[in-house]
Amino acid sequence: MTKRLMFKNIVKRSGRSLALMILSAFLSFSVFGGYIAITSMQNGLNSLESRLGADIIAVPDKAAHDIEAILIQGTPGYFYMDKSNMEKIKQIEGVEAVSPQYFLASLSAGCCSVPVQVIGFEPETDFSIQPWIKESYGANLGTDELLAGANINTDVGENLKFYNHICKVVGKLEKTGTELDNAVYTNGSTVKALMSAAKETGVGVLEKNDPEKLISSVLIKVKDGYDIDSISDNINIHIRHVTAVRTQNMIEGLSQSLMGISGMTKVLMAAVWILSLVIMAIAFSMIINERKREFAVLRVIGASRRTLAVTVLSEAAVIGLAGGLTGVIAGFLILFPFEGVLTDKFGMPYLAPNISNIISAALIAVISSVIAGSLTSAFSAARISRIDTGLILREGN
Amino acid sequence: MKLIGDGISKRYFRKTKKANYFYAVQKTDIEIKEGNITVITGRSGSGKSTLLNMLAGLLEPTEGKVYFDDRDIYSMSDKELSILRNENVGVIPQGQTGLSSLTVMENVVLPYYMYKKGENIEKRAEELLETVGMAELSNAYPTELSGGENRRAAIARALIQDPGIILADEPTGDLDDENTRIVLELLRKTADSGKAVLLVTHENEAVNYADIVYKMDGGVLTV
Ligand SMILES: Nc1ncnc2c1ncn2[C@@H]1O[C@H](COP(=O)(O)OP(=O)(O)OP(=O)(O)O)[C@@H](O)[C@H]1O
Ligand SMILES: [Mg+2]
Repeated sequence: MTKRLMFKNIVKRSGRSLALMILSAFLSFSVFGGYIAITSMQNGLNSLESRLGADIIAVPDKAAHDIEAILIQGTPGYFYMDKSNMEKIKQIEGVEAVSPQYFLASLSAGCCSVPVQVIGFEPETDFSIQPWIKESYGANLGTDELLAGANINTDVGENLKFYNHICKVVGKLEKTGTELDNAVYTNGSTVKALMSAAKETGVGVLEKNDPEKLISSVLIKVKDGYDIDSISDNINIHIRHVTAVRTQNMIEGLSQSLMGISGMTKVLMAAVWILSLVIMAIAFSMIINERKREFAVLRVIGASRRTLAVTVLSEAAVIGLAGGLTGVIAGFLILFPFEGVLTDKFGMPYLAPNISNIISAALIAVISSVIAGSLTSAFSAARISRIDTGLILREGN
Repeated sequence: MKLIGDGISKRYFRKTKKANYFYAVQKTDIEIKEGNITVITGRSGSGKSTLLNMLAGLLEPTEGKVYFDDRDIYSMSDKELSILRNENVGVIPQGQTGLSSLTVMENVVLPYYMYKKGENIEKRAEELLETVGMAELSNAYPTELSGGENRRAAIARALIQDPGIILADEPTGDLDDENTRIVLELLRKTADSGKAVLLVTHENEAVNYADIVYKMDGGVLTV
């Protein structure tokens, strides 16, 4: 019956219960949403770091920004330098492995309304793309075969046309949460064929060059024990027309903004929590004051002091639970469908955590909202358990 | 069952001309006997409710002891005393005491369900509500009722557990003559069935139903 009384109290005073529930919902939403957003960005960043897979990327002098644009901002682009640069880099002390990549931006492809980035790699030397590809595609890529990033709107078996050259989609890659999901991947000979096709349609930079002699970038792995910075300096000094970029530096900007975002989120969360806790504590204390007579009556009909405290606490806990669930559901409804919006807004790679992490975040969010409800009402509960029944009954009327 | 106030008094701190404190109830011996209606009358502020609350276990006396069948109730734990009150003492407090989120029926059966479950107590509740003329209103909420209707619901609630002792603080305060008579007759019948009834009232009519009549004046109880 005390349970019944509790529920009827919540239901009959629905306006007030709703207000408190919404506050609790804010609490759990901020915990859940904050956690998911931050972890997703962190995941995205980690995934980007491991996908880049090289210590240094060497590009033509004027392309230092373009490479970042392609890999991090996801703006399709292309640039080329002479293949011989790779040999020169290989000679530099401390370089363990090198592998070329080829970039091409298609104007349009059957799948997509926007230009698509084509990234070609040399299967024999590649150490950055293939480990990732292996997760989704076991075989080696043949001529005119391509693998589509997770965001490319196409299915395995479909044909995509680039510069009138038809390629077959043989696999779809695992989502990375980065701009790499918006590219397609081919081996070196396919991408060269595409480049030739592009040349025929008149792509500027290719006009006077032979695609066979061109590469876009060189991925460089540094031997253990060598300083990455000094090797990249060496390349910059000794090899003309080539700029070496540390991948770490490319990510630097992102990890800095992640730190900024997560700091801001934490401040916001703290503000939401402090504000809500204070409001809830005040609300509970006001509610208790208003209900003093009701509790005195409960005493009269034989409720123990403990029962009074338990009644107050459990009402608050139930409200916290309802609010907590609401907040988490709101989190699900807002965060997941609008992932794309969030990614654009923050310009961060974004990879949602796995389901068990999501569930534990949801649980923690709900539990913390229940605890918040109990905690903010604890003082009121303690006060009500000490009420002076005789006094309160006299105050009435 | 009987209830005994043994030399109980209540002192409050409040500035008077002579001192910082005064006695709302002076040292008093009183016995609420089974089978009897004990009536206390007296002016407003004379200490009647204070005395009744002390006897109900709701207000600890400054001095003296309250015995329920030889047990000193203020030496019990809160839980023991609460259960004792729940089962054996029906208190009808002064003023409006309906729980506003429960219907009349739910209010009346609440004492029963406080420590027990099951059993269909609603039938007894219906009978009690019938007796006090509230059967029609059993699904109404206290805020929808008049003062007198609420008072009658409180009477039904005090009797639901069939307690050995009934402590009624002006139960007929808001009632018309007809309902006053009904309530007094109900209390008389309850006393006749072997219960001990204490009735605090301004109602002269009540004296006609009483076995023992006290008068309270300035905290002093006299016969
Ligand atoms: N907590 C308190 N602090 C100070 N004085 C109090 C307190 N409780 C009661 N009093 C005083 O004690 C006296 C007796 O109060 P009590 O409520 O017992 O009167 P009463 O006889 O029931 O009056 P009424 O007929 O109006 O209900 C009053 O003068 C009241 O002001
Ligand atoms: Mg009184």
